[in-house]
Amino acid sequence: MAKKILFIEDESALQKTFSDFLDKEGFQVISALDGETGIKHAERELPDLILLDLILPKLEGIEVLQRLRENPKTKDIPVIVLTNVDDFEKLEKALELGIKAYLIKTDFTLEEVLKKIKDELKE
Amino acid sequence: MSPFQECKKYQIPFYRCPSFIFLALGTMIIFAVLTSYYVGNRIIDDPLVVALICIILTVILLILSYFATKTFEVLIEANRLKSEFISLASHQLRAPISNLKFAIEILMSGKKGKFEPSQLEYLQILKENTIRLGELTRDLLLISKIESGNLKLKEEKFDLCQLTEKIVKNFSPFARAHNVDIKCSFQDNIPKIFGDQEQIKGVIETLLDNAIKYSKKEKSLVEIKIGKKKKEIYFEIKDEGIGIPQSDQKRIFEKFFRASNVSKSEIPGTGLGLFIAKSIIERSGGKIYLNSEEGKGTTVSFTLPLS
Repeated sequence: MAKKILFIEDESALQKTFSDFLDKEGFQVISALDGETGIKHAERELPDLILLDLILPKLEGIEVLQRLRENPKTKDIPVIVLTNVDDFEKLEKALELGIKAYLIKTDFTLEEVLKKIKDELKE
Repeated sequence: MSPFQECKKYQIPFYRCPSFIFLALGTMIIFAVLTSYYVGNRIIDDPLVVALICIILTVILLILSYFATKTFEVLIEANRLKSEFISLASHQLRAPISNLKFAIEILMSGKKGKFEPSQLEYLQILKENTIRLGELTRDLLLISKIESGNLKLKEEKFDLCQLTEKIVKNFSPFARAHNVDIKCSFQDNIPKIFGDQEQIKGVIETLLDNAIKYSKKEKSLVEIKIGKKKKEIYFEIKDEGIGIPQSDQKRIFEKFFRASNVSKSEIPGTGLGLFIAKSIIERSGGKIYLNSEEGKGTTVSFTLPLS
């Protein structure tokens, strides 16, 4: 069965690009355009992996991460942060909350992001 | 705002804070005027005249120093706002740049239909320029962090030789395209060092990128050496490139400065790399050196402390 990836990102252009790309790679992509919807989808769909942006409407990425970790149903879902926020404190906080990788969008290609996702789902 | 809070806000040492300077100046003025009063009383008979002169002098001097420190305060506030603006603008720019970059990648992958080679050439131009935009915003962000004192360096143990080998491997297609051979010679048993691996990686990438990019058209060599000297590790990179004119060497580590022989050429660059490299190396407790001869080549070296 296709692995489920939840993509929490408010940029619709990026949602389209990633959904298209990951879909072609055989993943099932669930989109959420804000933090609150992201948490709801995570609880309902229980994805295999979450790609999370940090600047989000309604609920900031770090808070989304905190809530996911507080919920026994979602606390073990691997999370990869994909963001443009290059902030040491946010990075530290996200690492404390057990993220698997912190990727800066402008510094990584789609193929490199895909490799990280595949590496994570293999384990 | 207390001088302490002000220093924290502007990220400058206590003795350079406007309010502290004002307090110090004020105290000195009052002390100097009291001394003048004491001396004046011995020369002028009427103590009231002496007192009046001294009071007028004190008031004028205090007003002047107040204005001087206020102007200074406005200037550093403007500088802080500038750094904040660069940081904000770079973050905002990153979103459209990454959208463009990923979209171009999808197009070039052929998953949305095949392109003619002549069309692909244009896509390649788009791709390269979006990458350049991304790098420029990253450098600007780093500079705004350096200037505002917000750059925090991690303390981790890492192997400089292993890191360098990895970078050289990643750069080998770029080097081949420029007809450059890279030769590494590392001393045996180089101990691991403490520092921010990601930032040091950025420094080495900048130096290697420069060494290859500014090489001459014919086949040339870039040599990298790593060794241990007393309580330091040194890293040296030597190229046979176009070199830096003597008159430009003093300014080469300045922000946005590019040597006169490259700014005329078509080699792309922002003039930010060496400024960032110097800041990172110095903040890591090391030093950076440059030795260059126009037309013959450049050697850049840096040291990093072992503990």
